[in-house]
Amino acid sequence: MGRTHGAAMTLLKAREVQLALATLALIALITARFPAFVAPANLASVFNDTSPLIILAIGQMMVILTKCIDLSMAANLALTGMTAALMNGAGVPLPLIILTVTVMGAALGAINGLLVWKVGIPSIVVTLGTMTIYRGVIFLMTDGKWVNAHEMTDGFKALPRVPILGLPVMSWVAIAIIIAFAVVLRRSAMGRAFFAVGGNPHAAVYTGINVGRTQFAAFVLSGALAGLVGYLWVARYAVAYVDIAGGFELDVVAACVIGGVSIAGGIGSVGGAVLGAIFIGVIKNALPVVGMSPFSQMAISGIAIIAAVAFNARQSRSKGRIILKGAEA
Amino acid sequence: MTAAPRIIPDRSTTRLFRELRSWEALLVIVFIAVFIINSFASPYFLNVWNLSDATFNFTEKAMIAFAMAMLIIAGEIDLSVASIIALASTAMGLAMTAGAGTPVIVLVGLATGVACGAFNGFFVARLGLPSIVVTIGTMSLFRGISFIILEDRAFNGYPKSFAFFGQGYVWWVISFELALFAVCAVIFTLLLHRTPFGRATYAIGNNPVAAQFSGIRVGQVRFILFMLTGLMSGIAAVCLTSRLGSTRPSIATGMELEIVTMVVLGGVSILGGSGRMLGVVLAAFIMGCVTFGFGLLNVPGIVMSIFLGLLLIGVIAVPRFLGRG
Repeated sequence: MGRTHGAAMTLLKAREVQLALATLALIALITARFPAFVAPANLASVFNDTSPLIILAIGQMMVILTKCIDLSMAANLALTGMTAALMNGAGVPLPLIILTVTVMGAALGAINGLLVWKVGIPSIVVTLGTMTIYRGVIFLMTDGKWVNAHEMTDGFKALPRVPILGLPVMSWVAIAIIIAFAVVLRRSAMGRAFFAVGGNPHAAVYTGINVGRTQFAAFVLSGALAGLVGYLWVARYAVAYVDIAGGFELDVVAACVIGGVSIAGGIGSVGGAVLGAIFIGVIKNALPVVGMSPFSQMAISGIAIIAAVAFNARQSRSKGRIILKGAEA
Repeated sequence: MTAAPRIIPDRSTTRLFRELRSWEALLVIVFIAVFIINSFASPYFLNVWNLSDATFNFTEKAMIAFAMAMLIIAGEIDLSVASIIALASTAMGLAMTAGAGTPVIVLVGLATGVACGAFNGFFVARLGLPSIVVTIGTMSLFRGISFIILEDRAFNGYPKSFAFFGQGYVWWVISFELALFAVCAVIFTLLLHRTPFGRATYAIGNNPVAAQFSGIRVGQVRFILFMLTGLMSGIAAVCLTSRLGSTRPSIATGMELEIVTMVVLGGVSILGGSGRMLGVVLAAFIMGCVTFGFGLLNVPGIVMSIFLGLLLIGVIAVPRFLGRG
C-alpha cells in the first residue's frame, strides 16, 4: 500500500503528468462553455494544426538538452519551404523534393553545429546570426516574390492532407517522429549522450563522449526536422515567402520550456516537449472559440513561457547546503 | 599538460603598444575603411547633412546597446528591448490620446521602460531564472500587450513640441539624438570604468559566486542593470516615436538582434566578464556607417540584415581563428 502510494506520488510529481493534467483542465474549461471544442474531429484538427510545432519542439529539445539553443529553426523552415516550392515549380518529383529539403535542413543545422563545435561560438549568437542570414537568402533567391497556391501542383499541396485512418498525413508524420525520437533518446547511445552532455559536460568527456560532436549532432537533427516541416508548412498553407513562420522560433522554445525542458541543459523528454507544444496549440485554437482577439495570443505565449520557467525553477531547486543565499550563477 | 618554460620579459609592453593591438584599434581601422569605401562608392556620402541624417541609423540602438553591454558583461542578456520600445511607445500613445502634454508623454515612456526593466529584473535577480528565457518570454509579452491595445491600428497626432526629441537639432547639424547619444556614451563609460558599480558588473560577469562572497550585492546589481536597460529602451522609445511621429505595435521589430550585434562587435564577450564601452561606441559608428552606405547604394534592408548576421558571427569567429578570443 505504502509502496503504491509512493509510486502514485512520484507519477503525480512527474512533469509530463502535471502538464497533461493542466492541458486536460484547460480543455475542460473551454468545453464547459463551448462543448463543440471537445468533439473528436475538432481535437484531431487541433492536433493536426499543432503538428509542425510538435516536430520542431522535439528538434529544439535535443539542442537545448546539450546546453545550446537553436533560434534559426523558423528561418530554416522558411528557407527549405521556399526551396520546396521552387523545386515544385521546376517540376521535380515530390519524393525527391521531400528528401532534398530534409537534407538541406540538416545542412543548415550543420552550419550552426559546426560554428558551435569547431569555432566555439555560443549557440545563441550563431543562431541569431544564421536566423537573419537564412531569411535573407530567401530574399536573394526570390527577390522577395511570393510563391502562391496556383503556382504549386495539386499533388504537392495535397500530400499533408491525405487522410489515413481518419487522420491527415501531417498528423501521422508527427506521430511517427514522436515515437522515433522517443526511442532514439531513450535507447540509443546518441540519445543518452545528449543528456550526458547537458547534465555534466565534464563527466561526459570522461565517459568518452565528444561534447562538441554531440552538440553538432543535435543541431543536424533539429535542422533536418525543420527542413521536413518546411515542406509540410508550405504545402499545408499553400504559400511561400520570406516571412513565413516569422517569430515561430519563440513558440518552439516556449513549447520546450512549458514542457519542462531545462534551458540549462540535461533535463527534458520527448513527451514533455510534445505536451508543451500541444498546450500552446490548444490555447491558439481556443482563442477564437472563446471569442478572444487573435492579437492576444502573443501576450499569452509570453505569460506561459514566464510562468513555466518560474514553475520549473521552483521544482528543480537543488536541495544542497546553501552557504550564502542568492549566489547561484 | 607539461609546464612550458615561462618567458618573463624584461620590460612589460607599454600601454601605447597594448592599445595599438587592442580590439578598439581594429574597430577604428574598420571604421576608417568603411568610411573611405563609402565616400568612393557614392557621391552623396560626404555631405554634412547626409552624414547628420545617417546618425539616426544608430543613435537609438546605441543608447540601448550601452546598457545592454553592461548587462552582457554581467553575464545576462535582455532580448526584450525592442518589445519594451513597442510597449513604451504604445503607453505614450495612450497618454497622448488621454490629452497629456509633451512632458507627461515623455515621462510615461520612460516610466514604462523602467517598469518593464524591473519586471525582467524581478524574475532574473530575485527568482534566479535564466535571463535568456525570461526575456524571450517578456519579448512576447510586452509586444503582445501592444498588439492587444492597438491591434492593427496606429497612434498618430503627437503634439508638435514632442517632435523635438527625434527631429530637433541642438546646434547646426548636431541633432538632439546625436547629442543625447554623446552624453549617454560619456555617462556609461564613466559608470562602467570609473565606479564601484562598474567594477561590480565585471566581477559578477567573471564569477558571480566569488562576487557574492566578496560582498557585492549580486542580485541588486543585476536588478539595477535590468532597470537601466529598461530606462534606455524607454529613452529610445521616446526618440523613435518622436522621429516616426506614430506608434504601431510592430515598431522596432528585430532591433534586439542589431543591438546585440553592436555590443558583440564592440568587443564585449557574450559569455560575460569583459569588454569596454569605447568599443561599443565605435561599433555603433561602424554599423551606422555601413547601413547608411548600403542605403545610398539602394541595397534592400533584408540584404543588410544578411550582412549584419555575417558580421555578428564573423566578429566572434575571426578572433578565435587568430587565437585571441
